[in-house]
Amino acid sequence: MTSTTNYLNADYGIWSWLLTKDHKRIAILYLISITFMFVLGGLFALMLRLELLTPAGDLLAADTYNKFFTMHGIIMVFFFLVPSIPAVLGNFLIPMMIGARDLAFPRLNLASWYIYIFGAAFTLYAVVTGGVDTGWTFYTPYSTAVANTKVIPAALGIFISGFSSILTGLNFIVTIHRMRAPGLTWFRLPLFIWAHYATSIIFILGTPVIAITVLLLAVERSFHFGIFDPALGGDPILFQHLFWFYSHPAVYIMILPSMGIISELITCFSRKVIFGYGFIAISSLAIAVLGFLVWGHHLFLSGQSVYASLIFSVLSFLVAIPSAVKVFNWTATLYKGSVEFAAPMIYALGFIGLFTIGGLTGLFLATLGFDVHVHDTYFVVAHFHYIMVGGALMGYLGGIHFWWPKMTGRMYPEWPARIAAAIVFLGFNLTFFPQFIAGYLGMPRRYHMYPPEFQVLNVMSTAGATILGVGYLLPLIYLMWSLRYGKVAPANPWGATGLEWQTPSPPPTENFPVTPIVTEEAYAYSTMREPEYV
Amino acid sequence: MSDHAAHSYQHQFDSAEHQHSAAQLGMWVFIAQEILFFGGLFLAYTVYRYAYPTAFAQASHHLDVTLGCFNTAVLIGSSLTMALAVHGAQLGQRWTQVIFLVLTMVLGAVFLGVKAVEYGHKFHEHLVPGPNFLFDGDVRHAQIFFSLYFVMTGLHALHMIIGIGILAVLTFQAARGAFGVGYYSPVELTGLYWHFVDIIWIFLFPLLYLIGRH
Amino acid sequence: MLERLGLMPPQASTVAGQVDLLYAFLLLVSAFFSILIAGAVIGLSIKYRRRPGEFVRTPHIHGSTALEIAWSIIPFGITMIMFFWGAHLFITLKRPPDNALQVNVVGRQWMWKVQHLEGRREINELHVPLGRPVKVTLTSEDVIHSFYVPAFRIKQDAVPGRYTTTWFEATKIGSYHLFCAEYCGTVHSGMIGQVVVMEPAAYQAWLAGDGADGATAGAAGGISVTATGEGLFGQLGCATCHQAGSVLGPQLAGLPGTSVTLQDGSSIKADDDYLRESILNPQAKLVKGFAPVMPTFKGQVSEEQLLALIAYIKSLGSSAGGAPGTTPAGSGGPDAGQRKTDS
Repeated sequence: MTSTTNYLNADYGIWSWLLTKDHKRIAILYLISITFMFVLGGLFALMLRLELLTPAGDLLAADTYNKFFTMHGIIMVFFFLVPSIPAVLGNFLIPMMIGARDLAFPRLNLASWYIYIFGAAFTLYAVVTGGVDTGWTFYTPYSTAVANTKVIPAALGIFISGFSSILTGLNFIVTIHRMRAPGLTWFRLPLFIWAHYATSIIFILGTPVIAITVLLLAVERSFHFGIFDPALGGDPILFQHLFWFYSHPAVYIMILPSMGIISELITCFSRKVIFGYGFIAISSLAIAVLGFLVWGHHLFLSGQSVYASLIFSVLSFLVAIPSAVKVFNWTATLYKGSVEFAAPMIYALGFIGLFTIGGLTGLFLATLGFDVHVHDTYFVVAHFHYIMVGGALMGYLGGIHFWWPKMTGRMYPEWPARIAAAIVFLGFNLTFFPQFIAGYLGMPRRYHMYPPEFQVLNVMSTAGATILGVGYLLPLIYLMWSLRYGKVAPANPWGATGLEWQTPSPPPTENFPVTPIVTEEAYAYSTMREPEYV
Repeated sequence: MSDHAAHSYQHQFDSAEHQHSAAQLGMWVFIAQEILFFGGLFLAYTVYRYAYPTAFAQASHHLDVTLGCFNTAVLIGSSLTMALAVHGAQLGQRWTQVIFLVLTMVLGAVFLGVKAVEYGHKFHEHLVPGPNFLFDGDVRHAQIFFSLYFVMTGLHALHMIIGIGILAVLTFQAARGAFGVGYYSPVELTGLYWHFVDIIWIFLFPLLYLIGRH
Repeated sequence: MLERLGLMPPQASTVAGQVDLLYAFLLLVSAFFSILIAGAVIGLSIKYRRRPGEFVRTPHIHGSTALEIAWSIIPFGITMIMFFWGAHLFITLKRPPDNALQVNVVGRQWMWKVQHLEGRREINELHVPLGRPVKVTLTSEDVIHSFYVPAFRIKQDAVPGRYTTTWFEATKIGSYHLFCAEYCGTVHSGMIGQVVVMEPAAYQAWLAGDGADGATAGAAGGISVTATGEGLFGQLGCATCHQAGSVLGPQLAGLPGTSVTLQDGSSIKADDDYLRESILNPQAKLVKGFAPVMPTFKGQVSEEQLLALIAYIKSLGSSAGGAPGTTPAGSGGPDAGQRKTDS
């Protein structure tokens, strides 16, 4: 334990946590809640993969399976992936990276967490009182007129948690605009900040649309107004447009913060300035903007006009370019660097490989003539898991490890962490690569039983999932272990640039007793003096 | 812009001016988000009106234009009183602020009262979507019009109720002299919110009440 | 070869090979870039790895605008190739040839109801002749389903409240998977069946009622869809108002595919969706000059019956009659008289 006062020991008792205004404590509150939701979502996934070991629907009843994949999706998307990095690492680090004492609106920040918990409570209520079986996409008229499961509580849970996102995004935007330390111009900001700024724009402009959509869904289901029900004169495709108008940008909410982390990890563990800073910064904004223009690629087969499909296809290819630019720039950063394979770096390098595959397969799906065959098959499932698990989650884990010393004052054990990272990488590929093949072979998604020719691929996938599960269990264990037994961490164990490393580990509540003045550009490794290593 | 230097401010800011500037940006970001929130409904409206213009026009004729016009005038009036309240706060005129804040709330309440009367009328005319909906004409798409009418005006009314609640708190604080030359941002930002809710109505009124009227 | 290894579905349609070729291109480009990136990442990180205890002052390489432009433009160019190739193939997939055989398919929880125009019906099976384009008109009775035949590389959502279409031309005799590919409730994974491709002569025999293959349900032979529609037209009293010279309802002969003026002066094309809507909700798109007196037939006609009525209405304007058991090219189907599919 440290002898000085830091944000962890500044005050004791449950109420000092539940009524805190300190962004760092709020980040820890989020860390605990989303870890819980991740484990729950993961347990559903495990059950799905166990069922899919055999072609027959023999482990779970059809309705149960349908509920499990729905709840896996809802929990993972809305209660894990969307909040994870922004609410945990964003909350903790943004004020520190810009030299501020807290976010612009600390009370709003706490309110965001409570709103998240309230939304999660509604959704968990739906889960334990019978479940939802509409798919996380809630397509109408199934969800409004046919399903007899807990659709409304689940929809309301999503509605409520949406406001948590919106307020977090609002807080971040104002903070980044107004709370930067003297000398910290926009183009000196860490790329983590640029990534969160772009993400916050999507939070603000996209989340309200899903909010109104699920609200209309709940109203329709309760009162049968007919807005989405063809039997009452409504249009089920309108629901799809409204739903995907948010849900496509949502995937950029899930990946942009992770990309921000990767920029931090690559530079630190190559001890080198990032290649193409301006291009990476602007590419985040480009992804945020273009991401709002491509939602129709989810509707290629819905009966939408050919002209609309052509336009959405072109735009979907365009949105890939800024992501490709990032990958090339990260790779170029390694050139003439000084590369250390610490656990965070293994996650970062793994991210680059897996995100590249995920992104490239996105191009397959944007290709109209090809998408007809693989839409709604396991090809799509594999694609998005490569991005969200191989991409976003790997970045999250890399970031958690990297900033663990700062957040807790303890080092995690390096060799178990490296081994866990390798297990995650291998388990992940074994789980999801066979799914690309199964998809092209014709296996539709959301199937609880399937023709026998798909079995071998499914068995490989389940084997991979088991290994992946072990890979995720390990950090859960050793990170908890490190809280008591980990080596005490210095202020800057990695010798990294960035204002957050100028504070003690863990930092005091007010972060900086004196507001720093910034005179250097970001990632000024070339001019840094030799650091002390752990 | 007046001087905020004298007033106290939260610890994460460097000055009262800093706090005010952050709060202002925050409210504008919030309003941007609200525009998208209502935007989904406007989109649904546009899609259905384009597809079924006759049904929408016929359904729109069942709305009371007189009451709608009256309410529009009331709301615009309330924006005027709100602006005058903000002005009073900026100048530190305690009773000016209080009077105009109260007037704003009263006008807001009048608006809501008229809406309640209109909703009552719709209920008696069997124009509330659901099993009791009756309409002479394209009943299904008229029902969609009325569904959108109730959801859009209902959401708007909810925003007004929240606004009146905030105004009540502000009135109380203003009466105790909380706002003045050095600190008036809560009144100013509530004003921004109130004007936004007014503007939403300015769009709702012609789109819902004035289809096909000459 | 990949098919025999169980890595690809059979190529059983004219477009399957084209889709597979596009796939091969996408795979090659992806493999190239994946290996390039993975190779660079692994190679560079090993080559520039830090030795224990070593401190290296790395060079301050800011970036290179030339490289940024290059690696933006080249991927852009490659993606545009992908776009145009995919778009071209997609347009082919969306444009059934004029001489396509027409089949109506109605999806419902949890089965595919197939109706051949000549009268034969099937559940969860679709018999088609080899080497002949087949156009499928789809709708749903309840929720959204999706008609997917991996061996043909085709898929199309079946949406309640409207018609969608897809087409294929089978190139290989055999039996191929038919899947529902849009989650639709409890038995979504059980809403599967077969597309059976037969020699043309065998298909004609099957159509006429030879139940030798045994597996199909539904009436052998049976009356044609147009005749069913004619029967309904009389039964439901449509002729009362919709006859030549009547002021009660518009003339229907020759109507499908033409432009109709509505009450508010706007024009609309009298396509299948319009005809269907006008039967179920006559007030929605009232024709100018007529009073709103048509009653609704919602609840009185099933989706299949609607398709039959539409087929009959279309046959009123066409000159070719066609004997039962044969399908004259272009007539008798719900889309006779229309060149394009839904757009």
